[in-house]
Amino acid sequence: MNAEVFNAIRRAIAEERPAAFATVIEGDNVGNYLALIHPDTILGTLGTESLDNATLQELRRFLTEGGAQALEIDGQRLYVEAQLPPPHLVIVGAVHIAIPLVGYAQIIGYKTTVIDARGTFATDERFPHADRLIEAWPDEGLAQLTLHPGVAAVVLAHDPKFEDPAMEVLLKSDVGYIGAIGSRATSDERVDRLKTLGFSGADIDRIHGPVGLNLGGKSPEEIALSIMAEIVAVRNGKDPKAATATAKTL
Amino acid sequence: MRDVLEQIDNWIDQGEEIAVATVISAAGSTPRPVGARMIVTRTGKMHGSVSGGCVEGAVVETAIDVLEQRRPKLVSFGISDEMAWDVGLSCGGTIEVFVEPLEAQVAD
Repeated sequence: MNAEVFNAIRRAIAEERPAAFATVIEGDNVGNYLALIHPDTILGTLGTESLDNATLQELRRFLTEGGAQALEIDGQRLYVEAQLPPPHLVIVGAVHIAIPLVGYAQIIGYKTTVIDARGTFATDERFPHADRLIEAWPDEGLAQLTLHPGVAAVVLAHDPKFEDPAMEVLLKSDVGYIGAIGSRATSDERVDRLKTLGFSGADIDRIHGPVGLNLGGKSPEEIALSIMAEIVAVRNGKDPKAATATAKTL
Repeated sequence: MRDVLEQIDNWIDQGEEIAVATVISAAGSTPRPVGARMIVTRTGKMHGSVSGGCVEGAVVETAIDVLEQRRPKLVSFGISDEMAWDVGLSCGGTIEVFVEPLEAQVAD
């Protein structure tokens, strides 16, 4: 592995940025590397432009899905691997539901960050278990984080003046899950506001709102559980709401 | 990768030449998954594991050879049941290990 690729991968790991790389394991170009660092930094070459282009498609898939395996692309045997950061739950709005939600996320292996502009909410006393508390407006707080497909973002701030700036940042990113709390009516109003801001229907469809699976719960702990359950389902490619929608059309 | 990075940094500081060995395929029952790594210095120090003990000795020899030749090598090992029994492992599969020199001396 050459110094350029090694240092880039090491830096990506330190910055919690997804990275994927391919190396030639047999033949004339053995030891050549092609690396893709999130979001779109490309380093090295496997030997030919056509092989690089074909391999980049695989690297983009690995960057989202992870994995490590030997593959044959265009007759060349390669080893492809992703180095993904730990999954990260980002909560905007340090409301009561956020407290148990941070706890569930931690048990499942997520790193956790809570953002709130109101210093009385995002306190160490309320969130001793969070990895990081950021006292800032949602868009400023999100700008301090590396957003990637392994990030699940939940917006628990009911107020449009907190929610809309957060949505603008999240919808322009490739985070793997976006949830927003609120009733059906609140969700419809959000759709109208985001359309006014120039987002398409497909963009807005990325938002899970009302957030969480319907577990019938009422307490903050039960609602947090329904949100965490939905995040896990979506990460595993089993979006229960999408399945229900399909069943209804059938 | 993560589990060998710190040791790589230590060895770079000590001026060691380093080879990286990676399990790139595994068939049958093998103790370490694809992506498992060990690192070896030209002076014969090793860190990490590619098989839980079955073939590490052979990988060290290959790694020193790779560092001398400055050229990567793909080696495969069948982990026999007898060997597995000897070291108390439940293996019996086949692994391929890619061994390459690490040009990491230009740390940033």
